[in-house]
Amino acid sequence: MAWTETARSALRGQLESLRSQGLFKEERFIHSPQAAGISVEFPAGRAPKQVINLCSNNYLGLSSHPDVIAAAHRGLDERGYGMSSVRFICGTQDIHRALEKKLTEFLGTEDTILFPSCMDANGGVFEAILGPEDVMISDRLVHASIVDGIRLCKAMHDTYKHADMAHLEEKLEEHKDRRMRVIITDGVFSMDGDLAPLDRICALAEKHGALVFLDDSHATGFIGKTGRGVHEHFGVMGKIDIITTTLGKALGGASGGCVSGRREIVEMCRQRARPYLFSNAVPPPIAAGALKVLEILSSTTERRDRLEANALFWRKGLKEAGFVIRDGDSPIVPVMLYNALLSQDIARDLFEEGIYVVGFFFPVVPAGAARIRTQLSADHDIPMLTRALAAFVKVGQKHGILGLDRKGIIEKYGN
Amino acid sequence: MDDMKQMILDYIRKEYIDEDEADDVTLDENTKLISSGIVDSFSMVSLKRFLEKKYAISIPDGEATPQAFDSVMSIIGLVRRFRKEA
Repeated sequence: MAWTETARSALRGQLESLRSQGLFKEERFIHSPQAAGISVEFPAGRAPKQVINLCSNNYLGLSSHPDVIAAAHRGLDERGYGMSSVRFICGTQDIHRALEKKLTEFLGTEDTILFPSCMDANGGVFEAILGPEDVMISDRLVHASIVDGIRLCKAMHDTYKHADMAHLEEKLEEHKDRRMRVIITDGVFSMDGDLAPLDRICALAEKHGALVFLDDSHATGFIGKTGRGVHEHFGVMGKIDIITTTLGKALGGASGGCVSGRREIVEMCRQRARPYLFSNAVPPPIAAGALKVLEILSSTTERRDRLEANALFWRKGLKEAGFVIRDGDSPIVPVMLYNALLSQDIARDLFEEGIYVVGFFFPVVPAGAARIRTQLSADHDIPMLTRALAAFVKVGQKHGILGLDRKGIIEKYGN
Repeated sequence: MDDMKQMILDYIRKEYIDEDEADDVTLDENTKLISSGIVDSFSMVSLKRFLEKKYAISIPDGEATPQAFDSVMSIIGLVRRFRKEA
């Protein structure tokens, strides 16, 4: 109880600095279930407003799906609310192992281990399997949770320029004396929406005897013809040694993640991965809900097909309207604005028009590359997206950016 | 010093700047590297390794801070210090 004035003023200073730099994050309160259309209280205290949601990871619209909710209810009734234990003491139920088996089958791997989140999976996997004689070579735009996992691991680490295969090969050569070399990449890069060139990564891995690690959190359930992920898209299923992914996005959106891949790697995680060893099992209702999600996705590709169609419609509409977008094959469509303040102003104006989006700027994205990241869902429909496009056009016109290229926007607003 | 400066600048250009962005990036010995986002603090490990190998020094992790690596001038200062100490 030594909450001193020194401690208080130190933290207040930091908070003030975040506010003055425009980096202070504020939550917006949603008064409805997660969906394509939601009711949002923002700013706090204002009456909730019905808006089109273009910033959630609810890619397949399963977060509030009646069958998933019913399955979670059954899980709650039949297996209880929580486990009050980590997995290896008395926290493993039949449905946890059933979910691991189902994920293994879905991802086309040898085995799977659940974690409380994919953040935890990425935080625990490297330390569990690698040592000082190994090297981790990661794409420079990998997710923050991978960066944290790498920092916790004693193996050497290095990075290669984003998706630059020549640079990756240089690094593989440079570190050829290491026992294990692991190439680390996201499947879909969350801020840009582009796909890692996994076919070429696997070819390099094979040539140089390296392992491949893939975080497919923004892909599992919808990328690839049957939604298995980026490895399916590039025809390299079975060639990825470690896949981490989440139940917190397309697969129902609640929480939980996993490491899936080579049997020995998964087994080492069960013995050594600290987030698995020292935090509770995924709660039974979530395990039961996720099993239902995988059942739905294994029986039909209807949702991922609709998501793909929505993303195509949205990309085409934004391009034709004169916005600069990042090209890609995913439902993440960044609208490039380059200037941080402009991204905030446009996000605010869009909210007034009934569109919920968020502006991203340095350090979340590279300096001078501010943007609004839009994310599509299978729950959007074309009339909804048409309304959203009209709002984007109205706000784009207000700020005079339609038809301007990168240079034009930067000349007008700076970066 | 000019040789060292040029060597480090060349390495940074090759290692950290994408070809399609090269024209947009002004880089000299005083350019902010980390705080401007040209080099991210996570990726500066290869720069550290390059300096250690090239100049036969060992930079302790505690000295390889984002501040110390924030410009070529401060990197040169760091290299000189460790060369002297060696």
